[in-house]
Amino acid sequence: MTTGISRSVPRVDAYDKAAGITRYIADIPVAGVCYGKLVRTSISRGTILDIDVPELPEGFWFISEGDIPEGGRNRIHMIKEDWPVFTNSEVRFYGQTIGILVGPDREQLIALADAVRVTYREQEAAFTIEEGLACRGGALHGDDNLFADYCLVKGDPESAFSRAHRVIEDVIETGFQEHVYMEPQGITVEEQDGKIVIHASCQCPFYIRKAVAPSLNRSLDDIIVRQAVTGGGFGGKEHFPDIIASAAAVAVTKVHRPVQVIFDREEDMCYSTKRHPSQVIFKTALDSENRIIGMDIDARINAGAYESCSPVVLQRLIFSSNSVYDIPNVQLRGRAVATSTIPSDAFRGFGAPQGIIAAELHMSHIAREIGMDEVELKRSLMVSKGSRTITNGTIHETVKLHEMWQRIAEVSGWHEKKSRYAPGSGRGMGAAFYLHGGGFTGSGEQDIIKARVRMVKRDDGIVEILLSNVEMGQGLQTTFRKIAAQVLDCDYRDILLADPDTDRVPDSGPTVASRSIMIVGRLVQLAAEQLKHKLHEPGAQESEAAYTQPPGCHWDQETLQGDAYPAYGWGICVIETAVDPDTCEVETLGVWTIHEIGKAIDEAIVHGQVTGGVIQALGYGSLEKLELKDGKFFQHTMADYIIPTTLDFPGVYSELVENPYPYGPFGAKGLGELVFDGAAASYAMAVQHAVDRTVSRIPVTPEYIMELKTHG
Amino acid sequence: MVIHFTCNGKPVTVDVDGDMRVLDVLRDVLDLTGTKEGCGEGECGACTIILNGKTVNSCLLYAGKLQGAVVETIEGLSGDSAGLHPIQESFLEEGAVQCGFCTPGMVLSTKALLDRHPDPSIKEIETALSGNFCRCTGYGKIMKAVVSSAEKLRDSREDGHQSGTGLGVKRG
Ligand code: FES
Ligand code: FES
Repeated sequence: MTTGISRSVPRVDAYDKAAGITRYIADIPVAGVCYGKLVRTSISRGTILDIDVPELPEGFWFISEGDIPEGGRNRIHMIKEDWPVFTNSEVRFYGQTIGILVGPDREQLIALADAVRVTYREQEAAFTIEEGLACRGGALHGDDNLFADYCLVKGDPESAFSRAHRVIEDVIETGFQEHVYMEPQGITVEEQDGKIVIHASCQCPFYIRKAVAPSLNRSLDDIIVRQAVTGGGFGGKEHFPDIIASAAAVAVTKVHRPVQVIFDREEDMCYSTKRHPSQVIFKTALDSENRIIGMDIDARINAGAYESCSPVVLQRLIFSSNSVYDIPNVQLRGRAVATSTIPSDAFRGFGAPQGIIAAELHMSHIAREIGMDEVELKRSLMVSKGSRTITNGTIHETVKLHEMWQRIAEVSGWHEKKSRYAPGSGRGMGAAFYLHGGGFTGSGEQDIIKARVRMVKRDDGIVEILLSNVEMGQGLQTTFRKIAAQVLDCDYRDILLADPDTDRVPDSGPTVASRSIMIVGRLVQLAAEQLKHKLHEPGAQESEAAYTQPPGCHWDQETLQGDAYPAYGWGICVIETAVDPDTCEVETLGVWTIHEIGKAIDEAIVHGQVTGGVIQALGYGSLEKLELKDGKFFQHTMADYIIPTTLDFPGVYSELVENPYPYGPFGAKGLGELVFDGAAASYAMAVQHAVDRTVSRIPVTPEYIMELKTHG
Repeated sequence: MVIHFTCNGKPVTVDVDGDMRVLDVLRDVLDLTGTKEGCGEGECGACTIILNGKTVNSCLLYAGKLQGAVVETIEGLSGDSAGLHPIQESFLEEGAVQCGFCTPGMVLSTKALLDRHPDPSIKEIETALSGNFCRCTGYGKIMKAVVSSAEKLRDSREDGHQSGTGLGVKRG
């Protein structure tokens, strides 16, 4: 039986959720509310010539650029200030916000929005990575359409390629993915005592504050963000709430009434941000004995029309593009390409899945080409403690992948099945190895986020944790309390932890990047340790912990050199499939996973995250096709964008290996994204084995398999 | 249109447009917001209710259909003081609740299934829940929760107990 902090306890939020008592943002009535409906562009690129708004009934308003308060900026402050709150001239993507109609009746708002007539001068647009690189229709950004263009060099790739006996090439592609959090986007904005209060289903309350303040020309303290219970995020509520909140906040300053914007599903699927499509070109140099001596990688992502967080996503992609392998000589170029699509943004994994899928498929293709067992090839190149990373940093921890492989090979029956299923027999096995760096990339935690956590013992003796990370289903309300309770030696249910309110809590950073437990949880532990000494002193007591970089970690953001991450989570996912010879339908027969995340703070929560992440990744790898047609998403309802149901995949076997990390709470590292990183690649490789064809893109749909079988 | 129906065991009368969605009658008129809107198009199951013993997507149903009907929503399962229903308890115990947005619909689909089939096979459970999407859990713990609640309900029937008696799960 598991003991200590890993032992599972009932989640603190589960009772109210199961009872149907929990109120999400759309469940809370607001007196005197005006609903908001965004009015959007219906072309992808060009110029607005005229906006003709119908006459509005009493109590309805149309808010647009001209309504931004004096001195306010028509730019949303994310990493840069580039995405406009409203456009009244330049159009960069289909569905860009022109204005917001507000009023007391939702149906009337829809009719009014439909009656707004906009005339445009349309321009040729680039939608794909290739079109963006070719600057189709003229550059959208700078003179080359590149939001970021990075180079990395490890060792001496030039000489490796000059010595190469042969070079194996590959182009691996991944598509858009929609988050499909079950609760659509929603916010309510109101004025309270001269301040702007924003209630949002969101991951990052302080991001919203930072985004909204400049457009209202108000100080940060004038904007208060309160997280509403959040029905799933997966990255989709990292930056996108900034977009809705900015428009609604401008409206509130004009109409002086609360404004609520709740998306319906179709609106959410058509106009919210998606995962970055990617294209990664590998060239691998082999010597005369088929040993890998060098690699050349050209990674491109479709960033969409504004920068948003694409450079950072690209960084994580390229830093993950050697995955768990120590490749001796590497040169890499990574580009974030501007196109006239909705800006791509955060999604669980944040670039790492694209890098890892490409690396895993490419390695398996090399093994096929040279007639070697793919797992043996991969295992011969695996990193270990002290290995040099693609950014010339160091793996500081013991890597347990070999022992994890022994274990998962045993439980999945890998060796027996792999030898029994001849390639092309219709049965296949795939194994993906992966890692995920915990926390912000590079020096982000130290230089940008600077997380702080406060803890108080109130007059009445009750302990409260104050921080800004949100519960969105991943269990933080429970795990943060458990960490504090373990230190303070009390019942986790006796500790208070409210949904964050930027007016009350210190900024412990956003709920992203698998950082909440590893980085913020550590601060909870440290703050609790300090408070423990004062717990029995009379009156209110307080403690605070601030982030410091673990010793021995170095990073240079200018050159992108050093330790991109202080520590990694590690995983292996094995998948067994059967492909129908006629229909090419795939049945997944088994899914086995093993993960090393340092230490589990709660095993039930961890296994829940594992299964959820793996199934979401299997959707990405097999079902979730999202295509662009003339700049619009072709699949935009739950009927045509297919996510996994109970019928699609078998249960997920999930095992954990401990390897406590000295700078995480009780040894814990990041978890939430790691568990997404490998399953799509594993699925693709299992299908590849079953049909004996080279799979080089996901999702691996029956149509694609058919195409592979027909054309090779 | 004046509509009389039974909601969670109590007689209810509402005066609404006959073409109002049942989802809106529940949420906006009766303030029963445990029933969620995930898609509004009959795909996701977040709005699942039990109508005359069968699960329906309340976003696709018009108020007129409620005339004389018997409706169960998530709020009716736990009752005012009885604590959670054994199905809800199992969802808690198995860790099947994450963001919680799908949970009311999942619980009601489970109840409708177990009312019909006290001892369902795994395949039957998968089929019964296939209209309820969950993006958080990957369904593993939900499946376990259904299996364990079926066992609990069978045991309590054998013992001659009524369902809905608390099994010690407290509000956290
Ligand atoms: S809201 Fe009714 S099925 Fe999705
Ligand atoms: S628990 Fe979040 S959708 Fe099911």
